[in-house]
Amino acid sequence: MTVSASSARPGAVSNRLAHNAMRHWGERLIEGILFCAAALSVLTTLGIVYILVKESVVFFQAVSIFDFLTDTQWTPLFDDAHYGIMVLISGTLVSSLVALLVAIPMGTIIAIYLSEFADSRVREIAKPVLELLGGIPTIIFGYFALLVVTPLLQKILPGLPGFSLLSAGLVMGIMIIPYVASLSEDAMRAVPMHLREGGYALGSTRLQCALKIVVPAAFSGLAAAYILGISRAVGETMILAVAAGMQPNLTLNPMEPAATITSFIVQVALGDLPHGSVGYQTIFAAGLTLMLITLTFNIIGIWLRRKYRENY
Amino acid sequence: MEARDLTAIRAVIARGKRWDWLFAVIGILCLAVGLLTVLTLVVNMTIDGMARLTPDFFINFPSRHPEKAGILSAWVGSLLVMLVTAMAAVPIGVAAGVYLEEYAKRGLVTDVIEINISNLAGVPSIIYGLLALGVFVYQFGLGQSILTAGLTLALLILPIVIVSTREAIRAIPSLIREGSMALGATKWQTCRYHIVPYATPGIMTGVIIGMARAIGETAPIITIGALTFIAFLPPIPGIDPGAGPFDWMMSPFTVMPIQIFNWTSRPEEAFQENAGAAALVLVVMTLLMNGLAIWLRYRLRKNLKW
Repeated sequence: MTVSASSARPGAVSNRLAHNAMRHWGERLIEGILFCAAALSVLTTLGIVYILVKESVVFFQAVSIFDFLTDTQWTPLFDDAHYGIMVLISGTLVSSLVALLVAIPMGTIIAIYLSEFADSRVREIAKPVLELLGGIPTIIFGYFALLVVTPLLQKILPGLPGFSLLSAGLVMGIMIIPYVASLSEDAMRAVPMHLREGGYALGSTRLQCALKIVVPAAFSGLAAAYILGISRAVGETMILAVAAGMQPNLTLNPMEPAATITSFIVQVALGDLPHGSVGYQTIFAAGLTLMLITLTFNIIGIWLRRKYRENY
Repeated sequence: MEARDLTAIRAVIARGKRWDWLFAVIGILCLAVGLLTVLTLVVNMTIDGMARLTPDFFINFPSRHPEKAGILSAWVGSLLVMLVTAMAAVPIGVAAGVYLEEYAKRGLVTDVIEINISNLAGVPSIIYGLLALGVFVYQFGLGQSILTAGLTLALLILPIVIVSTREAIRAIPSLIREGSMALGATKWQTCRYHIVPYATPGIMTGVIIGMARAIGETAPIITIGALTFIAFLPPIPGIDPGAGPFDWMMSPFTVMPIQIFNWTSRPEEAFQENAGAAALVLVVMTLLMNGLAIWLRYRLRKNLKW
C-alpha cells in the first residue's frame, strides 16, 4: 500500500485531513463517555453523603444532637421516644471486638504460616479454601451462628441466652479471617527475599525471621489488612440481625443480646414506618454515624500505612 | 571450642527448632478451623435441609405451611436481579477500567476517582441500601422494584469489576498496543479490537466474583424494601396478559437470602428445615460461581503465551 503524504491532488489530501478531524472528535467523544463511567464512583460517594446528610437533617430538627449522643436509651418506636445512639454503638463495639479478637490473631498466624512455613501443596489447598470461606453469603453465617454455634456455646456456658453478641461475634470473626489472612499474606510476600536471607545467614530460625524481620517490614500492609477487618466487622449486618437479637441494649457484656447500628436499620426496614416520620429518619441518622465511624478507621488506616511504608 | 560452649549452642538451636515446629502446628490448627467451619456449615445444612430438597421445593411459592413452602419466587427473583446487576455493572465497570488504564492522565482528577473507588470498596453494604432507598426509591421514583435492587447491587460490585478490569488490562504487554498504534489505529480502535478482547477472561473472572458476592447480599435489598412474603412472579412479557416488555423490572420481588432470613427468624422447627434447604441451594450456587472464577483464573494463567 503506497501512502504518499505529498500526493499531487489537493482534494485527496483535504479528504484525509477531514477524515482525521472526524476521527479526532470521535475519539474525544468516546473518551468523554468513558470518563463519565469512571466519574460515576465520585458521584456515588457524593450521593451517599448527600442522602445521609439530607435525611439526617430532618431527624436532627426533631432531636437535639446532645440527646442523640448522650441518652442511654434507644426506643424510637415508643410513645416516649429516646434516641441515644450510644446504645447501638455499644452493641457494634462489643460484637466487633469479639470478632477482631478472633480474626486478627488467627488471620495473622495463618498468613505467617502460609508465607513463611507452608510448602506449595499446603498453600494450593489452603488458598482456595480461604477464598471459599470468604465467599459464603453472610446470611448463611447468620444461620450457622443461630442454629449451630449458639447451642454449642450454651453447652459450654450454661447461662447463655438464645441470642447473644458472643456467638454472633465469634462467627463474624471466622468470616473476617479470609480477608485479614489474604491481605496480610500478600503484604508478607512483598517483603523481598534478601531481608530474609540476611536473617537466615545470621542464624535465625524461621519463626524468628518471620516475627522479627518479615512482620515489621510488612507492617504497613498488615495495618491495611487489620483496618479492612475492622471496617467489615463494624459494617456487618446479617449475622448480627439473625443471631444477636434485635433488642437495643446498652451493655458491654457479650453474653447478652443487643442491637447494633446495622441490625437496627434492618429492623426498621422490615417494619412499616412511613417515609418522613421521625422513627423512619432514625435509620439515616444511624447510617450517618456508621459512615463516620468507618471513615475514621479508613483515615487512621491511611495514616498508619503512610507512616510505616517501607521502601525496599 | 570448649565442649560446654558447643552444648550450649546446640541447646539454643534445638529450642529454636522446637518453637518453629510448634508454630507450624498452630498454623495448621488455625487453617483447620477455617476448613472445619466450611465443612460443618455444609454438613449441617445438608442434614437439616436435604429432606426438603424435592422438585416441589423449587416450584412452590412460600406459604404459611412449611411443608408446602417453596423457593420459586426467591430464585426467580435472584436470577432477575442478577440480570439487571450484570447489565448495569459490566458496561460501566469495564468502561471505567478502560478509561483509568488507557486514557487517564496523572493528575488531581484521576487521583480523586481512584481514591473514591478504593473508598467505596470498604463502605458497608447497608449504606448502599440507604443510598438506594433515598435516591432510587424516593427521589428517582423507581419504587421497591427489581430495577432498584439491580442498580444498587451494581453500585456495590462496581469497584470489584473496575479493579479486575484494570488488572486484566495491565497484564497485556505493551507491545500489543505499540504494534496497533504503529499500524495507524486510534486509541479507541486499539482498545476495542485488541485490549478489551484480550482482557476479557480476566474481566469475566472479576464479574463472576462480583456476582457471587451480589447474589448473597441481603442487607441492601432488605433496606430498599424487598418483601419477605411474595407469592407471585413478576409479570412475564408475552405470557401474562397486559405485561409490557419491561414491566418485570418494576415489580415487587424477593430474593434467596431474604427468604432464608425470613424462614430462619420463625420459631417453628419445620421452617428451620426449609431455611436449611434454601441455604444449601444458595451456598451451592455461590460455591459454583466462585469455583468457576477460580478455575477460569487458573486456566488463564496456563494459557498466557505472551
